[in-house]
Amino acid sequence: MPKYTLTVNEKKQTVDVDAGTPLLWVLRDNLGLTGTKYSCGEGICGNCTIHVNGKAERSCVINVEDAVGSSITTIEGLAEKHDHPIFKTWIELEVSQCGYCQPGQIMTLAALLEQNPKPSRKEIDDALNSVLCRCGTYQRIRNAVDKLVEEGQ
Amino acid sequence: MKNSNKIKRRVFIKVVGLSGGGLFLASYVPLQNLLANTGDDPKIFAPNVFLKIDSNGIVTIIVHRSEMGQGVKTALPMLVAEELEVDWDKIVIEQADVDAKYGSQTTGGSTSIRRSWEPLRVAGATARVMLITAAASHWNVSSDNCYAENGFVINKLNNEKLSYGELVDEASKLSIPTDVKLKDPKDFKIIGKRIHRVDTPDKIYGKAKFGIDVVIPGMFYAAVSRCPSFGGSVKSYDAAKAKNISGFRTVVQISSGVAVVADSTWRAFNGRDALNIQWDLGPNAKINSDDIHNKLVNKSKADGYEFESRGDINKNIEEEKILDAVYEVPFITHAPMEPMNCVAEFKDGKAELWAPTQNPQNARSEVAKALGISEVDVTVHVTLMGGGFGRRLVSDFAVEAAEISKAIKKPVKLTWTRQEDMKFGWYRPPSLHVLKGAIDAEGKAMKFSHHIIAPSITQFRFAPDLPPKDYDIKEGTVGLEYQIPNMRIAGSIIKTPIPISWLRSVYNTQNPFAIESFIDELAFAANTDPVEFRMKMLPDDSRLKNVLKVLAEKSGWGIGKILPKGRGRGVALFKGYDSFCAQVHEVTISGNKIKVDRVVAVIDCGIVVNPDLVEAQMEGAIVFGLSAALKGEITIKNGGVEQSNFDDYEILTYNEMPEIEVHYVKNTLPVGGVGEVGVPPCAPAVCNAIFAATGKRIRKLPIRLDS
Repeated sequence: MPKYTLTVNEKKQTVDVDAGTPLLWVLRDNLGLTGTKYSCGEGICGNCTIHVNGKAERSCVINVEDAVGSSITTIEGLAEKHDHPIFKTWIELEVSQCGYCQPGQIMTLAALLEQNPKPSRKEIDDALNSVLCRCGTYQRIRNAVDKLVEEGQ
Repeated sequence: MKNSNKIKRRVFIKVVGLSGGGLFLASYVPLQNLLANTGDDPKIFAPNVFLKIDSNGIVTIIVHRSEMGQGVKTALPMLVAEELEVDWDKIVIEQADVDAKYGSQTTGGSTSIRRSWEPLRVAGATARVMLITAAASHWNVSSDNCYAENGFVINKLNNEKLSYGELVDEASKLSIPTDVKLKDPKDFKIIGKRIHRVDTPDKIYGKAKFGIDVVIPGMFYAAVSRCPSFGGSVKSYDAAKAKNISGFRTVVQISSGVAVVADSTWRAFNGRDALNIQWDLGPNAKINSDDIHNKLVNKSKADGYEFESRGDINKNIEEEKILDAVYEVPFITHAPMEPMNCVAEFKDGKAELWAPTQNPQNARSEVAKALGISEVDVTVHVTLMGGGFGRRLVSDFAVEAAEISKAIKKPVKLTWTRQEDMKFGWYRPPSLHVLKGAIDAEGKAMKFSHHIIAPSITQFRFAPDLPPKDYDIKEGTVGLEYQIPNMRIAGSIIKTPIPISWLRSVYNTQNPFAIESFIDELAFAANTDPVEFRMKMLPDDSRLKNVLKVLAEKSGWGIGKILPKGRGRGVALFKGYDSFCAQVHEVTISGNKIKVDRVVAVIDCGIVVNPDLVEAQMEGAIVFGLSAALKGEITIKNGGVEQSNFDDYEILTYNEMPEIEVHYVKNTLPVGGVGEVGVPPCAPAVCNAIFAATGKRIRKLPIRLDS
């Protein structure tokens, strides 16, 4: 069985999995990082979004072998110190309902704000449009994004 | 009551009646070494099943309903804490396992707060009264000279204080009062406040454990292949290819299909996909959506069973204008973001489950039945769930996991794929609505007749011979507040083999669509403003009328009456779940594209326990209702569901989110339900808005402007 060494949340970890295994399942089943959520498995819903070299990517459609050599950050990595302004705003505006999609929403937004702290409405829409939430928290996400952008985070 | 202090390390259980109705179990449970580091023997005061206080002062409140995003993990403890007089920031909140001692644990029908409003406050108040009595007796003063605040009892005479922890021992010796007085709403300190959700931080840090995240020692992973047409079965299967998948453990046939067990989720999926199964497609393999539609149409030709009537719908009225319309609604599905899953361990004749379920008591009985064991041998731990919307009231996923674990004699996690969630759901049934109405020369509504034709969930799931008087399809059709002199409400059911069940607001997703759209048709025929038309038909003391009045004001109805071309606003009302809701939707139409710009919602749900949670539920209900109205459709081909993921079963996206405003009617009336009441007005309000914008009346969902 092939072995792959991945850099996840700044830690090197070796996993024994088959080529073609989606990174999502490696994170969840092999590394115990269950904050990255499975929902559609086809890159449609964005619930499994992580950062690969700082860019928001859907971990359900990345094969493990393609992640070798990249720096991978999961929600657990972003939340390590709980100090990212997104978390504070998310709590303050009580964005979350069931919470299942929120790691994907937050990872998507964090990557966007990292690249551009003052994104336009269109850039925000383009980033967040394909992260689905069935509870309907979009309005609160929008309010949170507006607040973060206004504060220049 | 016995002096329990003398009897250590034994548990007393006493059943007492409380004024709140229902039975409570009282227990005094001395536990040893609860705090191992101190070597202490903290005692626990638990006068009922919803709270416990230990002698170290830790107050634990037990949540007996399931948290699926609606906020019960926060709102239910608020009810207990309010009466208990504790410091909110110091309480511990615990999710209850399945147990009949809690009464119903079914999280559905917008009942969690409504049904707990009294018993949970009584639970808190009972403990408070006992703690005060204990303190009074300690100080040898009258209870009237003592009060409770922030986890202490205070002696008014000298301001001495005793903490609840210090009173555990004394309070436990007291008999449980049965007539405790509840607080006056004007004295509420917690109820009515925007208390933050207790589980938000863990959820956003990725630490919260949903069902799909549960891992137990020695656990395997499973995936199930099910027959592509409903009602089919396994003829035979060949697992040779599956066995070649690395990490493959075993393959077992279970009641719903064939399960592959492997050492990871992904390998279980691959193993499942590698199965070669010969299906007996069963009796429904040729059924298509059209067949079901035709059944509905055929039944619509009869009069249906009459649920309710007044006056004479057939009487001729001078100069009446008669309207006829037929409305139709398709199957839709819940599609919560977290697919179905369950962890199960069958060992020594007993089953233990970790299940994202809205219905642990049903999961327990279904699992017991499937495994041929007694219900007492089934434990269900309720996990967080990534949305429910009614889907998790059905226990199919729990039964599957339990069957697999029993067969392989190992703990197992079953995970469904999104495709399976779409294809093997329990769908909101389709329906057809035949409406007739008449207005007189003055534009007054004189006649209203509604015949709903739909499959019955109750008939399908529980009662094959359901008598017409018990048809569940009447939900939302009867008891309308509109004062129309001649009315007839009737229903007919059809049978289909497609699994159907409750989806957020159930038949209230369909009936109010037809009713409130048709009322709009009557208003237009009467050349009357739709709000004014409704106002005239509602009795003056009606809470619904008041809600409509507030809505007209808050939405600016009538102001800027003539909207620019392509824009329109529509209104719809709903009462149900002991609550009242009215909404105005504003739309912009460009070509065949619909954009819902703004939704103003007013709700009267009596006392508001937590405004933030109510607003969130209304926002969520509106998104859910709009997703259904604008996009939701499950279609049937060859006895199975055609849709398979969010690309062919779409839901509202971020950029489609309208601006939502939620307003309340403030009062101190009994608490009403909130989770569902916001869904029903969406479809009719948005369709009425489309009519206002374009003159096109939408009578079929989902809304398609090009057809």
